[in-house]
Amino acid sequence: MAQEPMAGSMELQAGETNPTGNIHAGMTPGELRAADAAHDAQGRPGSETFRLPPGFSLRGTGADGSQEYFLNMGPQHPSTHGVLKLVVRLDGETVVEVVPHLGFIHRAIEKMGENETFVQYIHLTDRMDYLSSHINNLCVCMAIEKAMGIGVPERGEYIRVMVSELQRIQSHLLWWGAFGMDLGAVSAFLYGFKEREKITALFEELCGARLTMNFFRPGGSNADIPDGFLARVQEVLNDLKFELDEFEVLLTKNPIIRERTLGVGALSRERAINYGCSGPVGRASGIDFDVRKHDPYAVYDRFQFDVPLGKNGDCYDRYMVRMQEMRESIRILEQAMASFPEGQYRSKEKPAYKVPAGSYYANVETARGLYATYMVSDNSFKPYRIKSRSPNLSNLSAINEMASGGKIADLVAILSTLDLIIPDIDR
Amino acid sequence: MTSTHVYTVNHPVGDFIRGLLPAPWAAIANGVLAVALMCGLVTVVAIGLIWLERKVCAHFQARLGPTRVGPFGLLQPVADAIKLLMKENLRPRTVDGLAYFLAPLLPITGSFLVLAVMPFDHNIQVMDLSAGVVYVVAVSGLGILGILIGGWGSNNKYSLLGSMRSGAQLFSYELSMVLCMLLVVMASGTASLREIVLSQQGTVADWWIFKMPVAGFLAFALFMISSTAELNRGPLDLSEAESELTGGFHTEYTGISFSMFFLAEFVNMFASAGLGATFFLGGFLAPQFGIGPLDHVLMLVPGFLWFFLKVLGLIFMYMWFRWTFPRLRIDHLLSLEWKFLLPVSMANLLLGATLVTFKLMIP
Repeated sequence: MAQEPMAGSMELQAGETNPTGNIHAGMTPGELRAADAAHDAQGRPGSETFRLPPGFSLRGTGADGSQEYFLNMGPQHPSTHGVLKLVVRLDGETVVEVVPHLGFIHRAIEKMGENETFVQYIHLTDRMDYLSSHINNLCVCMAIEKAMGIGVPERGEYIRVMVSELQRIQSHLLWWGAFGMDLGAVSAFLYGFKEREKITALFEELCGARLTMNFFRPGGSNADIPDGFLARVQEVLNDLKFELDEFEVLLTKNPIIRERTLGVGALSRERAINYGCSGPVGRASGIDFDVRKHDPYAVYDRFQFDVPLGKNGDCYDRYMVRMQEMRESIRILEQAMASFPEGQYRSKEKPAYKVPAGSYYANVETARGLYATYMVSDNSFKPYRIKSRSPNLSNLSAINEMASGGKIADLVAILSTLDLIIPDIDR
Repeated sequence: MTSTHVYTVNHPVGDFIRGLLPAPWAAIANGVLAVALMCGLVTVVAIGLIWLERKVCAHFQARLGPTRVGPFGLLQPVADAIKLLMKENLRPRTVDGLAYFLAPLLPITGSFLVLAVMPFDHNIQVMDLSAGVVYVVAVSGLGILGILIGGWGSNNKYSLLGSMRSGAQLFSYELSMVLCMLLVVMASGTASLREIVLSQQGTVADWWIFKMPVAGFLAFALFMISSTAELNRGPLDLSEAESELTGGFHTEYTGISFSMFFLAEFVNMFASAGLGATFFLGGFLAPQFGIGPLDHVLMLVPGFLWFFLKVLGLIFMYMWFRWTFPRLRIDHLLSLEWKFLLPVSMANLLLGATLVTFKLMIP
């Protein structure tokens, strides 16, 4: 049964260009082969000097007649959680190399920000890491406050901390469900979503939105918390404490999960620092860095909480760090509610925010890591330039190191524990 | 259980129809009747099980499942079937035509052939082969073949990976499954499925799961694990592995050809649970507890209903597995079989042989 070459395979047909490489597009097959040969002369795959070129070359037929091949995972794939494309070089089931291809959902948010006023830019950050939209908003507000010397009333700061921590729990709950689903425990997805829904309902009550919040403003927030909000938060937290114990029974103690995550996708502390990993991914590798602890914003310095750390930086550690973070967030929330102050929720609103010339920087800890806004103003109502530092791109960059040498199923587990939000990578 | 109970081979309905016709036609009528009944059964089973799976899965996930189409959503599988039939049957340009076309037919054929020797009741069975167990093992391999050539013929890397996985997985898990069946064959002294059921007459304690101390239950547990792997169902659904291989071997299939795979999965599940009930749970025999009046009441329920009840119980267990456990990784799965299940079932077979030789059964 003669077969035509597989769709997306690297064998080139006359008139076809290389489907995975961009730089070599337009070359004739002969030119490509020459380019590949020239590249191969520099370093064989697996050697120290080898770098996967844009015109990807595969190792030739092995001694046992085996051949490597490429698999395009994504942009439509259940486990990439969005339009991320991973070009995976495989040897049977074993992953040899992973190259992420980005940009499918690039919207030029930072460029768009240059045409919006400072306050209008806040809502654009919802569309980056949509599971941490409150926290992203907060970062922009903090940068504007720094620039203009706007103070935040104590109640406003408490609202910020509470909402941020609820957001963190909400995001981690969704991650927990998606993690279960990626590892084949589909029911976990629904359990995670069921709990997340309660927090989403709280947010809906708070600001009318469920995903893209646009709630924080320079000097506080858009609105005060509604009546009886704290009691309802406490109710949700009580449920959650019980459910988290159940989650531990369902996945954490499951032998299959342990076998699939322990020692899988390990990232050493040094490598994690080099890649710029932050958030749970960095902390699982043992980087003791949490903006809330080491550069406290809002009123985080008033609360007692621990920063959970991992040792090996494997999938299990990343899983455990997030599970413990949810409990730490509950601790923060309960302390905040116990000492929740009366008073104004927002300092006096300005008719327009004209930011004095200069550059301003603020950073926060989102559910995924260090998120920072760098703003340059030329003393006008609109930013001259805005740059967002989002955690996901750095976290994703470590994927080749984590996944190569493992199986395809490990790649899925690693992707899941990286907890990527693709619109945040592409922006 | 009274030993006076007579298990006739012929069913009165069949006798009546055969009586109406002269000899050569009677045999043909027999065959037509059997095929029609099997087709009807498979349809009902598939529709029932799809509904059940959706409901069971929904309730495991704190949802309601289908409620709109018909009472309790009972007609949902019919709506599903209509949707699948109405879909355009796409055939990608680069597939291997023959393999791509043939593959969906094989698994469903395999499960049909297994059902042919299944004793639904003492007088409802298409064919009672004296080497029924051998036959079952032989024809159930057709399903594997379907998945293998479907994945190969699809000319898609995900499909290829899925089918290679299932090749490795199904062939290895078949070993421990056969060893578990072999234990019962050894203990009952027959390879005919009907005779195996009849060898479990008596009380519940005479079912092979209980009668052989330890070995029976162990064999049953091993049978359930390895048949889950044979069925390609979660947590051992590696050839499908939605989150890794998108759809695995059936990535390129759509419409009616996909629904053939889908149908085969459910009919296979029924057949496999039927084998479990036949081998370990007394098949169509009513459970007897040695309590006179209760036993008489239980005997009033026809045998095929008991068979279906036991089968449904086992199917519920398959669904329970699927909606609870995470998926194994392919190398873990294979080492589970070769380093654990196979040695254990070997040892179990030896244990069973000892029990049979020295007649150490529970009386």
